[in-house]
This record gives sequence, structure tokens and C-alpha cells, in this order.
Amino acid sequence: MAPISHLSTKGLSKNFGGIQAIRNVDFDISKGQIRALIGPNGAGKSTFVGMISGRIPPTTGEIYFADQNITSLPAHKRICLGIAYTFQITSVFSKLTVHENVALAVRRNRQLKPNDVLEQVSSILDKVGLLDRANSEVRELSYGHQRLLEIAMGLGQEPSLFILDEPTQGLAESEVLEFITILKSMAGLTTILLIEHNMDVVMATAEFITVMNFGEILAEGTPDQIRLNEEVQLAYLGKT
Amino acid sequence: MEFGPYLIIALFEGALTSAVIALTAVGLSVVFGLMRVVNVAHGEFFMLGAVFTWFITWNLGLNPTVGFITALLLVPLAVGSLATLADRLILNRLDYDPERTIVATIGLLYLIQQSTLMSYGPDARPVEPPFNHRIALPWIELGESGWQIYWPWGFGITTYKLAVILAAIVLLWILLRLLARTKYGLLIRATQQDSEMALAFGIPVSRVYAIVFGIGGGLAALGAVLIVPIRQAHYLMGGEPLLLSFIVVIVGGLGSIPGTILAAILIGMSDGLISVFFSPTLAKIVATLLVVFVLIFRPNGLFGKNQQ
Amino acid sequence: MNDKNLALNIGVVGFLALLFFLVSDYHDGIIARILILAIFAMGYNLLFGYTGLLSLGHAMFFATGMYGYGLSVELWKFSAFEGLLFALVISFLFSMSIGVLTLRTKGVAFMIVTLMFSQVFYLVVLLFGEHTGGDEGFVISTHGRTLFGLNFVDPTSKYFASLFLFAVVLLGLTLFVRTRTGKCLVAIRENEERAKMLGYDVWVHKFIAIIISGVICGLAGASYTLIFGYAGAAFAEVHYSILPLLWVLLGGAGTLIGPLVGTVFAFYLIDISSGYTSAYLLIVGLVIVLLTLFAPQGLAGELKRRMAHWLQ
Repeated sequence: MAPISHLSTKGLSKNFGGIQAIRNVDFDISKGQIRALIGPNGAGKSTFVGMISGRIPPTTGEIYFADQNITSLPAHKRICLGIAYTFQITSVFSKLTVHENVALAVRRNRQLKPNDVLEQVSSILDKVGLLDRANSEVRELSYGHQRLLEIAMGLGQEPSLFILDEPTQGLAESEVLEFITILKSMAGLTTILLIEHNMDVVMATAEFITVMNFGEILAEGTPDQIRLNEEVQLAYLGKT
Repeated sequence: MEFGPYLIIALFEGALTSAVIALTAVGLSVVFGLMRVVNVAHGEFFMLGAVFTWFITWNLGLNPTVGFITALLLVPLAVGSLATLADRLILNRLDYDPERTIVATIGLLYLIQQSTLMSYGPDARPVEPPFNHRIALPWIELGESGWQIYWPWGFGITTYKLAVILAAIVLLWILLRLLARTKYGLLIRATQQDSEMALAFGIPVSRVYAIVFGIGGGLAALGAVLIVPIRQAHYLMGGEPLLLSFIVVIVGGLGSIPGTILAAILIGMSDGLISVFFSPTLAKIVATLLVVFVLIFRPNGLFGKNQQ
Repeated sequence: MNDKNLALNIGVVGFLALLFFLVSDYHDGIIARILILAIFAMGYNLLFGYTGLLSLGHAMFFATGMYGYGLSVELWKFSAFEGLLFALVISFLFSMSIGVLTLRTKGVAFMIVTLMFSQVFYLVVLLFGEHTGGDEGFVISTHGRTLFGLNFVDPTSKYFASLFLFAVVLLGLTLFVRTRTGKCLVAIRENEERAKMLGYDVWVHKFIAIIISGVICGLAGASYTLIFGYAGAAFAEVHYSILPLLWVLLGGAGTLIGPLVGTVFAFYLIDISSGYTSAYLLIVGLVIVLLTLFAPQGLAGELKRRMAHWLQ
């Protein structure tokens, strides 16, 4: 029996002016999987996840999430269905406190009482190691801490699908290890789509890898299959 | 007078309004096109142009023609320098943040307007035109003995108004040439395309901004120098050209100079016609609503290109 | 830490109640007026200070309340209570329509569109001059200045009615900015794209902010007419769209107490300077320029930054 599909795209394409950034992509993740999306710069990874999260409207094609066609839903409605998205370029509320940033993510769940919000924010901040900075303004934080905060905000949304666009970019090595731990602790509960350049992170976390090049899917497979795939080596590493 | 001659006069007055709005609005437009800020004090630069002209022609003891020519040369320079100063002292320090600039230029509007009230006073004062002859115009009519030419009473134009229209056309043509063909025009266009790139290529972006803001103020003043012999100088006269320039710049597509000129002709002409047939208040309501809906439903203006 | 704000605001209201007995009749009259205009400023602040939407046309919301009350009481002989209710309903409907139209635009276009709608409003008031009295305006007759047995010709009633309304709006907003919706408005101000990607419907929240803001400003306009007995086109002019912006900037955008602080400061500044020169707007202009340059946070904003981080 095939695993249950959580997110899939059918014939998804995006044109910018005359340039086809994404070409006819059929993509599928099963529930609870950690999937890495890799590929050289400009392969269209960010555009692709931008269309999934609703930030960029697709030119043609369809997107299904939890058996529902979400192609025409605006971004905020997709988020409410359980998709979370962390930005490649850090995007946080820099003049608000760390606590309030995460609280904004948690509070969207209307059932929570103020005390529950407080508790949940604290436990998330503890998890990413930012609890002692809870009352600082975000702009006083180091870059690495802001990246962690962005991940914390994603966790606060309790997503069923978590899209991370280059989360470890600019993190110190110890922070990267911490990140891997957090990611692994979510395994099985949350479907994760991870765009990542750091191959150590990919190999340590991903169960399955999709490689994109020139707006198309070049290869898909387990980490071992991808490592041995000659086409991928050619495109990705530029080896002759 | 019959309808035909009446229409011709309305169109002629419309052309005059178009000419002056075009000069004033192009000033607002170059500033917006380059810095992406809206200068709410633009109408006050216009008013200063008129008041300075009055000052030169009345207080320096020159004959009207010499006085007027002096004003034509000096006033745009003086107002332009003031605008440049305002850019250095205020806008530059705000980093051209669009919203803070609007607020600051509202403050500047009050500052200029009220200092004029304190020094120049609340009266409207006339300026004598350098020359002013009447040209009576003929009209043809189908009479009993076939087509005949006659001279309707009161049907005519003045040479000064005609000269203003011609002057505006020449000045705008020169401006467009300057922007398209000279080194300075190139600098301005390069900065408009991408100010960070321009900076990286060694273009003194901040100086270009200051100069362009000065040119914007100078153009408003130039429009005022030309019109003040027809209308009078008054400390509150900046409101209407500001509103009209706004309308023209928006309808023409924010920042597009040819669009601005085209819109100035359209609005100036229809202003002349509408106010002949409607009450002025109703005409203003209709015109303002029109602009609002252009902004809401066609944010790039009627002639503007869609961005991205 | 939230209760410091509540305590401060209750304290301010208490102090204002005491102040009535401490200062001269002249200042009582001025303060009553300031309190009503501070309601206007608070309404403006919700949109500008909390949501980050800079409107240059809020005079139209104030004037909607003003004429909604004034005309219904004078032309159709509504009672003061009915008139007040009518003014609020009209303000609600009007802000809804303005919201639907203006929220299609952003940034500078939003500023210009609100400015122009307000200009149209002003011109319409002039166009129907035979009913509205145009620039001259009209005075409210006795039945329109009596509510719940209070007659607002009496200075004491004026003062405490103004204070009561002020207190209701201030405390209402104090509670509102703590709600999930209130906090989302701040999030939109700080980073609209992020707020959207946290799943908040940005459009709906802005729409709510415009409506609440418009209704509060309408309430201010209606109560101004009720309490001071006058309605005129001057209140619909551009000038009255700039003033709340000035008050809020002066006092501190995005703080609860800022609008009051700014209104008091500006009012007395103008009151004192108009004793010296008829060109008192010169000082308004100067203050606006200096504020945008050196204290974009305003008085309460500076206080918040330097010592009282808890200030909401």
C-alpha cells in the first residue's frame, strides 16, 4: 500500500515574463516524512515552495494538501490549514520581544487561553534555547538567534507541514547541531520540507531527497541513492 | 456670443491652464520618479515663485518688462535653491522614507505658507505683464448671402497668454531633451533605475537627489512666474496647483514625464470645459472622485505601464 | 505588567476628574474640548499608531459623526440620544465603505486616496450648503444639547460628559489592544508579510481597524456637536485631517496615552502662540518638521524607549 500523500503538486509551472522558472513539476510527500529539496542556486527551489505556501501564484498546475485542492487559496488560509513557512531571508518582528514573536505564532489558535499561550511559548523557547532572551527585543539578537527564533515561530504554529527555506544558513556549528536535534524530535509527527545547502544537515535528517535543476525535478530517492546518482553529481557538483 | 466662439475661448483658456499645470506637475513628477517621495509642499514652491516675482517687479524699481525678465531668470533659481536646501536639511535626513517625507513636507508647507503670511501679508497683489495686446479673432457664419467673416464682440485672446502657452511648450521640450541627451540627464536616469547600483558606479546619488529636488521646486516657480501676471500673488495660492499637479501626476502614471504632460493637457482642457458647464464645486467633486478611482483601480495611472 | 497600563490610565482619568476643581473655568472649557479631540486622536492612533496605516483624510470620519448628529437633530428633530445612535451607525457604514475602497491601495497611494476622499467629503458639505450651512456651519438648538437630563450649556456637565466619553474610549482601547486582534494589528504594522505567513488575514484585520477607528472618530465628531453645540465645514477640511496626525506624532504613535499627551501639548502650544501671532500655524509646521526629524516616537514614545518599556 502506498503511503498517504500529504502534499502533492500536479504540473506546477511558473513563468516570470518570458522565463520559465518552474516547469511542469509533479511532486509528492507522504505524511510524516522529512524531505530535503536540494539543487544548485537558481534551480527554482524557493519559487517552488513559495507557490506551495501561497506567496507566489502559479502560472499553471495544481497543489493538493491533505486531499484538498489549495491552488486558489490565499496564503493565510493555507497557513490555517496547517502549513508553516520559514523565510530564507530572516523575517521576524524586529521591534517586538522574542516572546511576543512566538506568541503571535501560537495565538492564531483561537482555543488557547492567555495562560496556555504563555506556557506554550515558554516551552518552545526552551526547546530552541532562547528562553533567557524571551523579553529582549528581537533586533538586539544575533543573526543566528534570529534564525532560531524563526524556527521557533514555525514550531509555535504547530504545523502538520513545515517548510523550511535554508534554515541553517548563517548558523554556528553548535546551533546547526541543535537544529538537527529539533528537526529529528519532530520526525513522524510533522511532515517536513527542507530546502538546504548544507549536505551534512541533509544527510543527517532527510529520509528522502528531491533534486531540482533548471526548474525541473532531476532525481528523487533515498540519501544513498542520491549520493550515487551520476546525473545529480554532474548538475550539483559540477563534476565532469 | 454664440457657442462656437465660446468653445474656442474655453479651449484657449484650457490650453493656458494645461501649460502652467504641465510645468508645475512635471516638477512634482521628476521628484517622484527619482526619489519615490511625494512633496506636499510643492504648491508652496509655486506660491513662492509668484510672491518673489511680485517682489522683484515692484520693489526693485525696474520697468515692467525688465523686471519681469529679471524675475523669469532669478526666481526659479532662488526657489530651486530653497528646495535644495530643504532637501539637504530635511528629506535627506529622513532617508527619503515615503511616509515620513509626506509628514515632514506637510510641516514644510505650513512653514513656507505662514512665513509668507507674516512677511508678505494676507493681500492678493497683481503683477503687470511685460506686454499685453489683444488680438481680436474672426468667426465665420452662414448668413443670408452665404458664408461671411465677422468679428464677434469680446472674441479674442491676449498676446501674453499666447506667449505663456508657447513658452511652456518650449521649456518642456528643452527639459525632455536635457533628460534624454545630456550627461546630467543620464545621471538622473541611471539613479532612477537603481540608486544602489548608481552609487556603486560612483554617481553622487545624494547630490543628484538634491539637484533634482531643486529642479522640481524651480519648475513649480517657473510656472508661477509665467502665470502671476494673469492671476494675482497670494499666500494661499499654492493649494490649487498642488491638487491639480497631484491629479495630473497620478493620472499620467506616477513618475512618467511624458504621461504627466499628456495628462496635464487632458486635465487642463477638460477643466476649462467642465467649469464652463458645471458649478465649480461639482466639477471639483467629479474630478477628484475620478482621480481617486484611477488610483484605486489603475494604480499605475491611465498611461502608466504595469510594473512587474 | 499589563496592569500597570490599566492603573496608569485609570489614574489619568482620576487626575482629570480632580483637575476640574483645581483650575479656572477658562481652562475647564479648554480641557473639555481637548478631551473630545483626544478621542479623535485615539481613533486615528488605532489606525496609524497600531496598524501602521497612515491616513490623511480622517477629518471625514470626524465630520461624518458631526453632521450625522447635527443634521439628524436639526433637520429631522431626532432627540439627542437618537441622534448619537444615528451618528454612530452612519459612521460605521461610512468607514466600512471607505475601508473596502481604500484598502485596495497601499503606502503612499493609501495616503493620497484617503486625502482625496476627505476632500470630496468637504466639497459635498459645501455643495449642500443650504442644509449644512457651508463654512459658516450651524448651531445646535437646545433639545440637541440635552441628554439624560444634562444640559451641556453648563460647564460642569460639559467637562464631565467629555471626561466620561474620553474614559470609556481610553479604557476600551486599553482592553482592545491586548486582545488577539489588537496584537495582530501591531504585527501587521511591524511586518505585514510575516503576519500573513503566520496565518492572519491581513485584509480583514486592517478592515476591522479602519471601522473601529472610523467609529471612534465619528463618536468624537458627534459628541463635539452635542457638547459644544456647533457643526461647521471647517472640521471637514484637510487641516482637521492633519491635526490628529500631529497630535499622535507629538504624543507618541502606538501608545495609549500618547494621543492625550499630544493633544494637550499642541492645544496649549497653539493657544499660547496665537496670542502672539495670527500665523500660529507656523509653529505647527515647525513642530511637525522637528518631530519627524528628531523624535519620530513622540513624547510618550520617547518615555517608553528610555524608561518605561511596559507602556502600551
